Amino acid sequence: MEPGTLSTFLKRGAIWGFIVVELLFFSIAGEFLSLSDKAFMDMDNMLLLFKQSAPIGIIAIGMTIIMINGNIDLSVGATFALSAVVLLDSMTWPVFAGLGDGVIPIAWGLALLTGIVLGALNGLIVWKTGVDAFIVTLGSMLGYRGLVFMYNGEQPTSHLNWTLVDFAEAHFLGLHTATWFLIAVTAVVWFVMNRTIHGRNAYAIGDNRTAAINAGIRVGPHMMINFMIIGFLASLSAVVFYSESGSVNPNDGELYELWVITAVVLGGTKLTGGAGSVLSTLGGVIAIQLLRKGLGHIGADTETVNLVIGLILIAVLFLDRQLNLKGKQELRI
Amino acid sequence: MTSATPALRLEGIVKTFPGVRALDGVSFSVLPGEVHALMGENGAGKSTLMKVLGGIYQPDEGKIIVSEQPVVMTSPLQAKSKGIVFIHQELSLAEELTVAENIYLGELPRKSFGRVDWPKLHEQTNRILETLKVGFDARTRVGDLSIANQQMVEIARALTVEAKAVIFDEPTASLTDAEKVVLFDVIDNLKAEGVGIIYISHRMEEIFRMTDRISVLRDGQYRGTLNTAETSEDEITQLMIGRKLDLSRNAVHHELGDVALEVRGLSCGKLFRDISFEVRKGEVVGFYGLVGAGRTEIAETLFGLREPSSGTILLNGEETVFHSPADAIAKGISLVPEDRKAQGLVLGMNCRDNMTLPQVDDLKAGPFVAEGAEIAIFDQYRDRLDIRTPGWKQLAGNLSGGNQQKIVIGKWLSMHPSVLIVDEPTRGIDVGSKSEIHNLIRDLASQGYAIIVISSEMPEVLHVSDRIVAMYSGEIIRTFTSEEVTEDNLIQAISGIRPEKAA
Repeated sequence: MEPGTLSTFLKRGAIWGFIVVELLFFSIAGEFLSLSDKAFMDMDNMLLLFKQSAPIGIIAIGMTIIMINGNIDLSVGATFALSAVVLLDSMTWPVFAGLGDGVIPIAWGLALLTGIVLGALNGLIVWKTGVDAFIVTLGSMLGYRGLVFMYNGEQPTSHLNWTLVDFAEAHFLGLHTATWFLIAVTAVVWFVMNRTIHGRNAYAIGDNRTAAINAGIRVGPHMMINFMIIGFLASLSAVVFYSESGSVNPNDGELYELWVITAVVLGGTKLTGGAGSVLSTLGGVIAIQLLRKGLGHIGADTETVNLVIGLILIAVLFLDRQLNLKGKQELRI
Repeated sequence: MTSATPALRLEGIVKTFPGVRALDGVSFSVLPGEVHALMGENGAGKSTLMKVLGGIYQPDEGKIIVSEQPVVMTSPLQAKSKGIVFIHQELSLAEELTVAENIYLGELPRKSFGRVDWPKLHEQTNRILETLKVGFDARTRVGDLSIANQQMVEIARALTVEAKAVIFDEPTASLTDAEKVVLFDVIDNLKAEGVGIIYISHRMEEIFRMTDRISVLRDGQYRGTLNTAETSEDEITQLMIGRKLDLSRNAVHHELGDVALEVRGLSCGKLFRDISFEVRKGEVVGFYGLVGAGRTEIAETLFGLREPSSGTILLNGEETVFHSPADAIAKGISLVPEDRKAQGLVLGMNCRDNMTLPQVDDLKAGPFVAEGAEIAIFDQYRDRLDIRTPGWKQLAGNLSGGNQQKIVIGKWLSMHPSVLIVDEPTRGIDVGSKSEIHNLIRDLASQGYAIIVISSEMPEVLHVSDRIVAMYSGEIIRTFTSEEVTEDNLIQAISGIRPEKAA
């Protein structure tokens, strides 16, 4: 075996192993602690879990490529909210009156376009100014959220279209619509990152930017494309979620960026860029959702759930560090 | 040879930066099938010239001519497409990607819809790797390769285009002897194919072994080209620094004091085993060996950065354990590290603050830092070490290598150490300042400091040391006194050949 293969394998497989441990733990602990007598690993419960994972999950897939690329995007929560406002509000615009359900694809298109434009704006600023993505998207996080509030003040934006609700609540082969979107996004992005030139260049840029520039890779456009992808995915997430709920509060999507980053990091993507996998991110998303549901199942409240997730995140990063340093005879701090 | 068309010709290249004429009319040519050394002190203009050749800088005046065609290059990729390829000293590889992806970085073969043509990529890569006779394949992750093999990946990159001229920038800096042989074979092959090679190195033995001609730069000016077969080290050095350099064997002997540091049977995992030696006050002990022999790791252990797995350390006769660098400093050990810029200095901080960094906690006036005391310390060591800087406010990053090193040394002297460890005292320091640092080390020894010098340069070790410890693969092979040591027996020792044991 090549050196490093074992630790790579452990890291890749770790998140799935963690999920198995969670399942076993909550199943057994649930026998003793749960208030309901339903088993934790109930089919409906698991299907619901996938569906609930979708909004964060779809964005997390996008965040994975941003972080592999060596950037970060803190504005996804605000993009999510603004796209949701555009989606719901545009269906009530007088211009589209009389289209009936024909307004649905238009509203979707406008919402998705919003995400792409906001992402492109982030990417363009990062590319052209050279300011760190953390700072740029910290600014746009505040700015985009400001737009949400400007749109409707503190009031929620609501519009329920029953065709849309039916579509969102539909099942296909047992899985919810939202779950299918998550699966499709994962598959497509996996293909982009592993099979296309853009994807491989994104890895190279995140790994060693100087080398990429010296090799003539056009770093800026690649970064901008990735920001457009994550913008698109943030709005896709909003489209999937709000098609069903039909009402968006101006505060919706707050802290999403942090949950998304948590899932990506839990899945083993390097904060410094260059390494990571969308499949492992999917694992990270499921692991967090399992943890929330499982802790709820055994009677813990929300505060406890957050505390536990925080501790686990730190523990996982510590473990990752140990695996990376193994055999390298670490220097003391 | 003179009748052939040059593979690469430079004509009167001028490049100025605000206040500096970095290149002042540099002209020379590299013939096909020639290995042409480019030499000069740091700051002589070599790296600027390379950046001009690599399309990173545009020359203000002058022409670059590749195979009779004047070329203008605006990017590294364009330079490569014109047949000028660089093998960088600092590896510019993406460690998480495969060998194949690194070799074709920026030029991955594509299929429809922007997909990577993996079979083609791997086939092309493996074909190149075969010619290099390396032991890894296209799919290996670069991060899993040794430094030497990573360098092979860099070289393989050069072979993806039809190179006219290949530029090797300090290619052997991190290679073992066996790996150097492979590298030299590769260079010989390129040479046989008629490629012109520019070989940048400070190592004279390699220059004499590998090159056909030597061009020398000094202060941005071209100082002449010598035929390697007809010249000598002295002649080259004189051309480089404009005067003669004293690198004679250390012959000064003075009274040695008590044993300052004694190490018995020190081991640290696989890094080094059963290390025993002593250093007396007033003595310089040189550690010589190849990269990876474990010398730096011993220094790091003595400085409390690593935990030894066994063995004892006696400082001034007392058994001591160093728990951390802070602990080691408090007990009187100082380390001038190998990589000055990364490990020794805070480049963005001024000279005074760098100098007083380890003792700033002790220089307090109430809750504040006592600036006056800091400046006094700086002044004292500036005068004592002859540090040339406009003033203490100068940022350490703006000083020359030699003056930076003096700041680091001054920093530790101000802590009044029992033992001073200097790892690669003159790495990245130009030839002129080198002898100044060497003299400084000798002076400090005669003032009674116990000094350990770790170096990869044989003349340096021979020049400054009273005794020389030769290491190979984590073990001490032999300890020489300065009377016993010769270049031959030293080379044998660091190659792992033990002396015949007398009965």
